[in-house]
Amino acid sequence: MTAGPRMGFFTDTSVCIGCKACEVACKEWNMVPQDGPLSLSGNSYDNTMALGASTWRHVAFIEQQRDDQGLRWLMSSDVCKHCSSAACLEVCPTGALFRTEFGTVVVQADVCNGCGYCVPACPFGVIDRREDDGRAFKCTLCYDRLHDGLEPACAKACPTDSIQFGELDELHERARRRVDSLHQAGVAEARLYLEDERDGIGGAGAFFLLLDEPEVYGLPPDPVSTTRDLPTLWRAAALATGTLAAAVAAAFVGGRR
Amino acid sequence: MSAPAAPDGDRRDGGRRGGAPASRVRGSMVPEAEFRSYYGRPIIKEPVWTWEVPCYFFAGGLAGASASLGLVARLAGNHRLARSAWTAAGAGVAAGVPLLVSDLGRPERFPYMLRVFKVTSPLSVGSWVLAAMGPAAAGAAVADRLGVFPRLARAAEAVAGLLGPALATYTGTLVADTAVPVWHEAGRELPFVFAGSAAASAGATAVLSTPAADAGPARRLVVTGALLELGAAQAMERRLGELGEPYHQGPAGRLARLAKACTATGAGLVAAGGRRRRALAATGAALVLAGSMCERWAVYKAGFQSARDPKYIVAPQRARLAEREREQLQQ
Repeated sequence: MTAGPRMGFFTDTSVCIGCKACEVACKEWNMVPQDGPLSLSGNSYDNTMALGASTWRHVAFIEQQRDDQGLRWLMSSDVCKHCSSAACLEVCPTGALFRTEFGTVVVQADVCNGCGYCVPACPFGVIDRREDDGRAFKCTLCYDRLHDGLEPACAKACPTDSIQFGELDELHERARRRVDSLHQAGVAEARLYLEDERDGIGGAGAFFLLLDEPEVYGLPPDPVSTTRDLPTLWRAAALATGTLAAAVAAAFVGGRR
Repeated sequence: MSAPAAPDGDRRDGGRRGGAPASRVRGSMVPEAEFRSYYGRPIIKEPVWTWEVPCYFFAGGLAGASASLGLVARLAGNHRLARSAWTAAGAGVAAGVPLLVSDLGRPERFPYMLRVFKVTSPLSVGSWVLAAMGPAAAGAAVADRLGVFPRLARAAEAVAGLLGPALATYTGTLVADTAVPVWHEAGRELPFVFAGSAAASAGATAVLSTPAADAGPARRLVVTGALLELGAAQAMERRLGELGEPYHQGPAGRLARLAKACTATGAGLVAAGGRRRRALAATGAALVLAGSMCERWAVYKAGFQSARDPKYIVAPQRARLAEREREQLQQ
């Protein structure tokens, strides 16, 4: 199998209308079960509230009262970032999480033993364990559809092209042009999120155009893959292991009394 | 679904400054004005682990340090202490493995832990250590009790005794290798906290199960282990600074205080009891065991409290970005 170009999502939140077609299309195509009893959150139109084992697209709704311009409504469809340095994949002890030929990160359901390590490892809180099933689930970037040359279900269903699927390099170019045109149109707050390969996750396979700080959308402002610090962590572990052995040996100085 | 009401500045504050409910932020050491959030919702997921995990940390620590104690006791010719230590090591492993298996979402797939070996996954490394050390420790304990296969038993003791300290410390690195701030940022201290806690618990178990005349090394191990545990926990809290808030609040705060009190008092009693006042030493050993268990639970619970509140994610990451911006401006 030869690896093709890296595929990904560019989610342009400036044209998201909050229709949630992406959430529905994802659930339908991937046969993702209901993620709990139907309930209203009280937080604008967002009753999904977060990504999870049974929510692979999540539309956020933010209502902002701005003194100068009145009410502003921000909507954004969140998804797994398919990180270049993917902590979930790296900490997975079974090899269930792997990198596909499209550069995406996918869980093999027939391998996952539900250890749950990937869950707190993800800096975005994307992946989660399905309690009744016991295994971890997340967005696959529609691995099956990609095999057949189709775009992922969410991108296909998006009526405004807020979700754009394609080769990552090309999406980056398109996104930069879009930010430039927004800036020229006076939308100074438009910015790209996770497009930079020098960031703490080595760049993402799914990046975003946002109209406010990432944390306003529930995204970490400067995510870092935990495994970046592994050399330091393992050094400390080795030192502590040696210290424990030394403490045991030292206890025998002075004989059995 | 009802139509959105006019923004009243109370409920619809998703994108405002200090977006978390005021009650959560009040009294916090992290400055409120510097952080925004999405309806105060967590950014990272809380672990899905349950009570088995901190209990496994304790059992694995006890088994690992006991195996080390058993090996050195054997080499030193203290066979009575070696017997106690190997029994504890065998029991720790026998309790630890079922705990580890039952916490899995698919327990029958436990063997998949050994499908691959990954240094990027402390759980993978730990599983391999346990796979080698566990049967060796259990075998050594059984062989010692039955007095069979003496040569094989010595070889098993060597394997288990040498791998034991790694089994006791890897769990600290396991939790540190996550996005949970109170765990990740303490990655340099956590293996030492767990090492000290494991040494103290192994020493305490040996004090309880060995005639006082042979238990000198175990008593000394209790004291050095307790000092290491308390010192490393102190260093961890100092390193964490404001991120260490969970160790002073809620269940984790209570457990951390209880752990310190039990460990310090217990170690003091063991030292004071010495060889002659056996009841005092035994009481101290029991307290040290309780302290060691509470310490693991404190770390475990602190992780949940840390993951739940977005301020622990946003505030340090914002500070990091601001620092980077300052550096760029200076260049």
